[in-house]
Amino acid sequence: MKKFINKVENVENEMIQGLIKAHSDKIRKLECGNVLVRNNKKEGKVAIITGGGSGHEPSFGGYVGTGMLDAAVAGAIYTSPAADIIYEGIKAVSADKGVLMIPMNDTGDIMNFEMAAEMADMDGISTAMVVTNDDVAVDNSLYTVGRRGVAGTVLVHKIAGAMAETGASLEEVKAVAQKAIDNVRTMGVAINPSTIPSAGKPGFELADNEMEVGIGIHGEPGVYRDTLKSADEIADVLLDKILSDIDYSNSEVAVMVNGSGGTPLMELYLINNHVYDALTEKGIKIYKTLVGNYMTSIEQEGFSVTLLKLDEQLKTLLDAPADTIAYKA
Amino acid sequence: MIRCMEQEKEFLTDLDNAIADGDHGINMARGFCAVEQKIADFGSKDIGTVLKTAGMTLVSAVGGSAGPLYGTAFMKSGMIMNGKNEMNISDFIECIKVSVEGIMQRGKAVRGEKTMLDAMIPSLEAMEKAFSDGLSDKEIIEHGVEAAKNGVEFTKTIAATKGRASYIGERSIGHQDPGATSYTFLLDVVANAL
Repeated sequence: MKKFINKVENVENEMIQGLIKAHSDKIRKLECGNVLVRNNKKEGKVAIITGGGSGHEPSFGGYVGTGMLDAAVAGAIYTSPAADIIYEGIKAVSADKGVLMIPMNDTGDIMNFEMAAEMADMDGISTAMVVTNDDVAVDNSLYTVGRRGVAGTVLVHKIAGAMAETGASLEEVKAVAQKAIDNVRTMGVAINPSTIPSAGKPGFELADNEMEVGIGIHGEPGVYRDTLKSADEIADVLLDKILSDIDYSNSEVAVMVNGSGGTPLMELYLINNHVYDALTEKGIKIYKTLVGNYMTSIEQEGFSVTLLKLDEQLKTLLDAPADTIAYKA
Repeated sequence: MIRCMEQEKEFLTDLDNAIADGDHGINMARGFCAVEQKIADFGSKDIGTVLKTAGMTLVSAVGGSAGPLYGTAFMKSGMIMNGKNEMNISDFIECIKVSVEGIMQRGKAVRGEKTMLDAMIPSLEAMEKAFSDGLSDKEIIEHGVEAAKNGVEFTKTIAATKGRASYIGERSIGHQDPGATSYTFLLDVVANAL
């Protein structure tokens, strides 16, 4: 393992400290743990909270701020934050209109958020939860715990955060967040795995000519392994699966070409070149494109493609102002 | 238990890597170390308090899904042992029983989904039977360990339908479940302590 770190057990804390030192104008950390909250807490709005393991930077601390998240709770790398610390986050951001929790569909995250909501309930804080599950690689069947939440989560947070800023009720914000979840789909691929510092070795191994298709964001193996193909061919594999999942014909979409952390922007733009052409050829209108490292898996080399099908309301909310470290609109 | 989790950290992590996200051993070792610090100066506190504190510490220090699951098990056991300074074998079996119930509820899982329950439920059944057969305390728990080990072997034959391992579906067959394995290690520690 070769990384710029000090002690493996300090990676998460030192990263959060560095983040705060860089962006103390926008966010601060709660004393009790790695809960990042916005400086300008706003009354009269629903508070949006999310959380998950570390290693996905800039998710989610990078999206705390005006127009997006009120709090992001960071666990150890790839590990859900604990219920008691999520509860502290809920208490810190709770204003007068309730708290909407938007975690990704992950067994640990859901259990900890549910426990935290039970604790908040005892304090009389009203919470609601919607769960992102945009990964089309995983079959949504009785035989899994449902689809994973992956990069499309960032767009759901953007939409929900914008709705919350309007002063909408908890029910209204929850409904629009769910609408975004229902219309967003993602699929990813990797050519080199990530190494959790405390594990010291990669989560899986790939030969030089292999790729892992349908990968999640926790370094877990994908759905199948295949020989490496050209960027255009790989993008088509991902797009085919996404486009066959919901009907995108004649629709307007937001596109996200997301890097897993180790893939250069050069390659991400090269991929977007084809994604744009392939979608346009199919008569799908691209309303907005995001290319970059939005939801990473430490140093994994890989990317995902996300499509969010838009209507007028979602377009307005996507365009609404956001002022966070990693997402500006 | 604490030493055991430290010793088996890498093995559990390797098992987890094969089918999921490769952190089970690391998280369990971190959690049990935290429990050690927390209960170090508990002295003569009752077993219920010790178990409840251990459970809350596991929730907070393990995180992930093992935290809420093992945490729930210890907290539920703590409620059974409230105010008691000694634990007999029927108390212990009752603790495992409420742990199984708590874990099924928290994890929304049943037997046969390649989870810790596939070791826990058979071991509970084996211990209940051994108890009614009038075996010694040590023999009862050894029967539980044996059944748990068979449960771990059984997890190799099935595909996961719960947790992150469910994402790789059929590819999880052939690998043993890390949670079932860590439970078996912990029960084995109890058997060896008698």
